[in-house]
Amino acid sequence: MELFFNPFDNLVCILLGISFTVWFTLLLVFIIVPAIFGVSFGIRRLYMKTLLKIFEWATLRIERGAKEKNHLLYKPYSNAIIAREPTSLEEEIKEIRRSGSNKDLDAAPEFEMSDIFYFARRGVESIMDDEVTKRFSAEELESWNLLTRSNYNFHYISLRLTVLWGLGLLIRYGFLLPLRVTLAFTGVGLLVFLTSVVGLLPNGRMKNFLSEKVHLMCYRICVRALTAIITYHDSENKPKNGGICVANHTSPIDVIILASDGCYAMVGQIHGGLMGVIQRSMVKACPHVWFERSEVKDRHLVAKRLSDHVEDKSKLPILIFPEGTCINNTSVMMFKKGSFEIGATVYPVAIKYDPRFGDAFWNSSKFGMVNYLLRMMSSWAIVCSVWYLPPMSREEGEDAVQFANRVKAAIARQGGLVDLLWDGGLKRGKVKDTFKEEQQKLYSKMLLRLSWDFP
Amino acid sequence: LGGSCANLLLSHSQITRLYSRFTSLDKGENGTLSREDFQRIPELAINPLGDRIINAFFPEGEDQVNFRGFMRTLAHFRPIEDNEKSKNPTASEPLNSRTNKLLFAFRLYDLDRDDKISRDELLQVLRMMVGVNISDEQLGSIADRTIQEADTNGDNSISFNEFIKASFVLTLHTLL
Repeated sequence: MELFFNPFDNLVCILLGISFTVWFTLLLVFIIVPAIFGVSFGIRRLYMKTLLKIFEWATLRIERGAKEKNHLLYKPYSNAIIAREPTSLEEEIKEIRRSGSNKDLDAAPEFEMSDIFYFARRGVESIMDDEVTKRFSAEELESWNLLTRSNYNFHYISLRLTVLWGLGLLIRYGFLLPLRVTLAFTGVGLLVFLTSVVGLLPNGRMKNFLSEKVHLMCYRICVRALTAIITYHDSENKPKNGGICVANHTSPIDVIILASDGCYAMVGQIHGGLMGVIQRSMVKACPHVWFERSEVKDRHLVAKRLSDHVEDKSKLPILIFPEGTCINNTSVMMFKKGSFEIGATVYPVAIKYDPRFGDAFWNSSKFGMVNYLLRMMSSWAIVCSVWYLPPMSREEGEDAVQFANRVKAAIARQGGLVDLLWDGGLKRGKVKDTFKEEQQKLYSKMLLRLSWDFP
Repeated sequence: LGGSCANLLLSHSQITRLYSRFTSLDKGENGTLSREDFQRIPELAINPLGDRIINAFFPEGEDQVNFRGFMRTLAHFRPIEDNEKSKNPTASEPLNSRTNKLLFAFRLYDLDRDDKISRDELLQVLRMMVGVNISDEQLGSIADRTIQEADTNGDNSISFNEFIKASFVLTLHTLL
């Protein structure tokens, strides 16, 4: 018995040993070393092009299959129910009245029973489709990207398609996921270890230089851990020391994406657990701005620490996401004015993800952080574009809110996103009554316009 | 669901779209919507008549509406097409006809569902539309004038027939 197993065991061990070595060497050469030096072999771009071709084929196949079976395909954007043009309350109510009565309109601006149709129609339209609630769930895709999670037409269409999907499943979960998890652990582990080491050095140019290199290297490994293919535009506008970098927020990955191209001082609340360990070691190497939970509520304290940091020109630019919550990357929602009151130069950055390869939006009410990261790592890739916009400062006579809106409009325009005035906090909270009161005021003004002078 | 949808006259893709909307509003994932689910839509929450419109979806005394009810109410607002009138003359009047749209509006005013709009009800709905910006006296005179003009049988309230005549909305189908 023993004689039978021994040589077999040996062989298996040797084979395992060889394959592990080969695997690790490949990992090192193709992924980690380029990460350290910031170069790229271009493997990921090739991967992306191949995937796109496959997706196009898959979508055509589905459409053809559906036509053969006479099914109607569900296409999220082509079956819009409402065609709406922007008009004011007054115009619309006048339109309603004009088509009804024979009376001379300007002589009798008072109430008509048919006025109710304006509010009824607006209300029903918002029930059928509204601008806000759809920003808090994942964007719907026009074509299929071989992930069941983003397919609404998934029936058995053809053998070839199912085989392709099965193959994709195997590749993603069997090969890509373990690879990425390994890389992620390597990246994070190196970050914690090396920043602690650098933290032991005395403050000075050497320390800053090393800290920069260490941070960049570890973030680049994390970028590869997610197979993120990022295109940076307009790098001449990259944020400089003493400035504040603001960007639209879609997921926690935004931080990794920005920080792998430049060094920033992060702002945030100290967490417990693994996150806390990472935060505490990062701050040893270079000054980030971490707040205790109790300090976060005190707005003056927060503003003071941020402005102190910004005034010290030797410190890195601060990275802030003024929306305050994750939005699904089809729009930019209200910017909180806190960071715009400090008075430093603002460097806006627009981040737009390509949803065809994997949806990067973190729906925090549906998925926890770990679940989210696993979904990210089992998608095909994360493809995004980053635009560095020219710096902006607050102008004369402009208050913080107007400045924030100006920056927001610039980011929305560059990223091709819808610019909304709604607060991202509506994800969880109710809308304020002041908005309803504004609507009521508008209508009242119209009713009383000719008769009374309205304050 | 197919049979009862026939007289709603919605196309297959419109129904799919509405169903997708219904499920995204249904946070509790139990196949029905409650009033809170509607109020979560910010644009509806700031509509002065938001609560009345939400109420139109719920049958008398009920707190949940299923997809069929959701679709029936929304079908009121599909535009009327002329070629539909000749399609099936024996079928009951389609939901989005002129009369049914007016009935929907009438029910927005008729708070206690007694098929009459009293002065009190008119005042309450007016108050919803104007908020605090108009005084009680002014609002009262607006209500009085409206009832005077519309009320033909002198019972100091507006019935559905009087409402139809008063709205005078001859070409309603171009609006909704």
